[in-house]
Amino acid sequence: MEQFLQQVVNGLSIGSIYALIALGYTMVYGIIQLINFAHGDVYMVGAYVGYASMSFLGLDFFTSLLVAMAACTVLGVIIERVAYKPLRNSTRIAVLITAIGVSLLLEYTMMYFVGPEHRAYPALPGFMSHTFHFGEVVITMLQIMIVTISIVLMIVLQFIVRRTRLGKAMRAVSQDRDAAQLMGISVDNTISFTFALGSALAGAAGVLVGVYYNSVNPLMGILPGLKAFVAAVLGGIGLIPGALLGGYVIGATETFVASIGFSMLRDAVVFALLIIVLIFKPSGLLGKNVREKV
Amino acid sequence: MKRRFAAIAAAALSLSLLAGCGSSGSGTSGSSADTVKVGLNYELSGPVATYGDASVKGIQMAVEEINAAGGVNGKQIEIVKYDNKSEPAEATTLATKLMTNDKVVSVIGPATSGSFKATIPVANQNKVPVVSGSATADDLLVQNGVLQEFAFRTCFSDSYQGTAMANFATQSLSAKTAVILKDTSSDYAKGLADNFAKQFTANGGTIVAEEGYVAGETEFNPIVTRIKGQSFDVMYVPGYYNEVGLIIKQARDQGIDQPILGGDGFDSPGLLEKAGAAALNQVYFTNHYSSLDQDPTVQDFIKAFKDKYGEEPNAFHALGYDTAYFVADAIKRASEPTGEAIQQAMASTTDFSGVTGTFSIDPETHEPVKSAVVIGLKDGVQVSAERSSR
Amino acid sequence: MNPRLKSILAKTAVAAVVYVGVLLLVQVGIIDAYLQATMVTICVNIILAVSLNLVTGFTGQFSLGHAGFMAIGAYSTALITMSMPTVLGFILGLLVGAILAALVGFLIGLPTLRLRGDYLAIATLGMAEIIRVLLLNFEFSNGAAGLSGIPQFVNWNWLFVLTAGTIVLISNFLNSRHGRDCIAVREDEIAAESIGVRSTQAKTLAFSVGAFFGAIAGGVYASYFYFIKPDLFGFMQSINILVIVVLGGLGSISGSIIAAILLAVVSTLLQPFPEIRMILYSLVLVVLMVFRPQGIMGSRELSLSLFSKLLPGRRQTRTKVTAEDAA
Repeated sequence: MEQFLQQVVNGLSIGSIYALIALGYTMVYGIIQLINFAHGDVYMVGAYVGYASMSFLGLDFFTSLLVAMAACTVLGVIIERVAYKPLRNSTRIAVLITAIGVSLLLEYTMMYFVGPEHRAYPALPGFMSHTFHFGEVVITMLQIMIVTISIVLMIVLQFIVRRTRLGKAMRAVSQDRDAAQLMGISVDNTISFTFALGSALAGAAGVLVGVYYNSVNPLMGILPGLKAFVAAVLGGIGLIPGALLGGYVIGATETFVASIGFSMLRDAVVFALLIIVLIFKPSGLLGKNVREKV
Repeated sequence: MKRRFAAIAAAALSLSLLAGCGSSGSGTSGSSADTVKVGLNYELSGPVATYGDASVKGIQMAVEEINAAGGVNGKQIEIVKYDNKSEPAEATTLATKLMTNDKVVSVIGPATSGSFKATIPVANQNKVPVVSGSATADDLLVQNGVLQEFAFRTCFSDSYQGTAMANFATQSLSAKTAVILKDTSSDYAKGLADNFAKQFTANGGTIVAEEGYVAGETEFNPIVTRIKGQSFDVMYVPGYYNEVGLIIKQARDQGIDQPILGGDGFDSPGLLEKAGAAALNQVYFTNHYSSLDQDPTVQDFIKAFKDKYGEEPNAFHALGYDTAYFVADAIKRASEPTGEAIQQAMASTTDFSGVTGTFSIDPETHEPVKSAVVIGLKDGVQVSAERSSR
Repeated sequence: MNPRLKSILAKTAVAAVVYVGVLLLVQVGIIDAYLQATMVTICVNIILAVSLNLVTGFTGQFSLGHAGFMAIGAYSTALITMSMPTVLGFILGLLVGAILAALVGFLIGLPTLRLRGDYLAIATLGMAEIIRVLLLNFEFSNGAAGLSGIPQFVNWNWLFVLTAGTIVLISNFLNSRHGRDCIAVREDEIAAESIGVRSTQAKTLAFSVGAFFGAIAGGVYASYFYFIKPDLFGFMQSINILVIVVLGGLGSISGSIIAAILLAVVSTLLQPFPEIRMILYSLVLVVLMVFRPQGIMGSRELSLSLFSKLLPGRRQTRTKVTAEDAA
């Protein structure tokens, strides 16, 4: 029983991370129908910025988190303006390949400057490394922080999307870009804002992962990025609650598979799950089926 | 307008490429009168770049020392270095290039068993010896009972390491039960795990569980939780420090206090970084050398390395250093600076003394007969180094 | 003589020249072992690019999983030639791998080809990843250590036959009714359906044929480089193939050939600069897509009419139809 509870704790932590990254994917896809392959690498940059803040600038954890989020916001907007905006009216394939190109560019430029090795985050101050014991079940302070911070950020995001004008603009552009423009909404700015939000969340996820796993390397964004995308699709692409749900489902699945001894097939199971969902319910768990009209 | 621009850009690009072509490796002739060429075929980019990087650093330091002392038989060693991008096919292609185009007399590297294995047929075909300082897989030098004439290594094999650690566990730690958590994406780890298991059971112990992970993974909590549910005396984690460091941290965090054992993949400051000093207690691993070794050769090497590069050398640095010296020694003893003569000199190396120990090459198997050190860690620092023998 | 015959003869002539030319260069020693390896890489990439182009360029189905088929071909060829190290074994290995890959393509394709562009891309990516993880975990594929000591059967003859064969077969497929169905699906699937094109069939067929040749490429690779392991056939490899196709032009066979050669040359030239190689590569990708997303050839083919325009003197005279003739 305690093993099971411990695994639940594990699953929640990793699920929160996937959810944070998935949110960025789902928002961008919702608004411009692009799978932003570079999103996973924005997350990686966030992790490195956090690393730099903590190691070289000596900033504390929370400040570093904010710095990383800010840096990623800027990065996300730059990428959008330089690489995606010119292709807004091109074919899907063209944009997708550009996204792949940006992703590779981020990875290898980072590798050029910081080297390919895995780096470790500096040790955290006392209270952060505290562990709580409930019988045989161990919960670290970090795990609690990850889940808490993730949920807080997601609530903030929901607030922005539902209660602010910018959020309304985002929802409008997702529904019908041309109509939104006719209503006086600046489509370009809204899209940039979307990227900014998503990237900030990715940056936060990066720092959290860096602190939790104590390891960053330039290629760390590829697989989590893909899995987060799977999470977004699973929950219903374009839907924020969907990304959340998807993130936790993927986290739970991975943990479950590992807990029954098939840890090495983890990734395969996640992708198999994706294919099954795409075949039977392509709009995702929370999505509605929209038939393509001629 | 756009088309013109594209055409000009294309022309400019091709011109610059052609210019680059001129300067990069055109087929140079073999060693000239006062230099002898040695090729380096290493992983300098890609997932295992750190091993290649480190090996090359050690080699370069050694070659500088050798050249400063007058070279080999009066000739300076000239290094021709290529990056095989951690890809075996690239390693094969580059080995071919080194041997046929650059006409080196010997190739050092690659660092990993998979890539090294791929270059052996090329070596045999071109009759130029390839030497690795870190390819430890068992079936490299003798494949299906056939000795690979032109393949050598200066490090001990996985079977040796795994066996040595199993003996240490049984004898020094009085362990009767063990759990194995291995990196299934590497030959190295699988070889270690298999040999450990074999020897441990031969010593009367029992392997209670065997789990696996894939390199690059960072989330080990589910597996650790699963292992925690078992009862065992020691945990054997053959793998590379990136993952092992995290495993040790996550294991200790979850309350696993038993000794954790491993192989030479543990040897890196990265282990301390990843795991944190507090977790590195009761951790033991087999290695090629220890900086605790008071042997003057080792201490001199460590000092010289720190002076030159500003960091503590790890096993890969040391092995690269020794391998370069090994090759130089063979070139010196060879009747002429050709691949075949050098190969014969290598096969007959006896009592070669290096930073990673003294060894002779067994002519039947090309294996270096050398011993391993079992290093113990307390609070992240090396506190014990026990030499084991076969 | 009629233009089609002329075109076929011209293409055969080009092929013969290439074949004999390279053969001579090899004999004379200008193409040494190192260059041969580069040539094998080029030809493998040509086969991969042309087969992917069929799926993505001509049928409009965005597949990011082509490396998975290459893996199936490579492993089948390797395993079979390792237990039957004869030329017959090699042929058998290639065929088994190709048919197996086509089967997998068919089975996976049937359900997933209903998906739209981006989703299909991710689904195919997932498929390739699953294949890779399975290969990493099975005993017969020797897991992560891979298979080594694969007998080498590929020489220039085989290379030429397989590469040229792939190009010819796929070109013919594209010129056939099936090919035109595929192009119709790419242009507008719903419109195609409404005129009677069975889009699911067309897509699945293209996918399977692409898989077939992708596996052949994998077999050639395995039978030259002695060693394969699952990580060679990951996401990056699929991307590499896609880049070649896009660079050459989606929908242009000759574009894929040119791009494969070009990229191999560039990669070799950049050998001395490992760190910036990938940066340049990705930069080129982004710049290419922003400024010239149709690639080098767009969807045109290198054809004889291009040559005849360059040759001086031969101009087709137009017969003028005047009012007098009509009268």
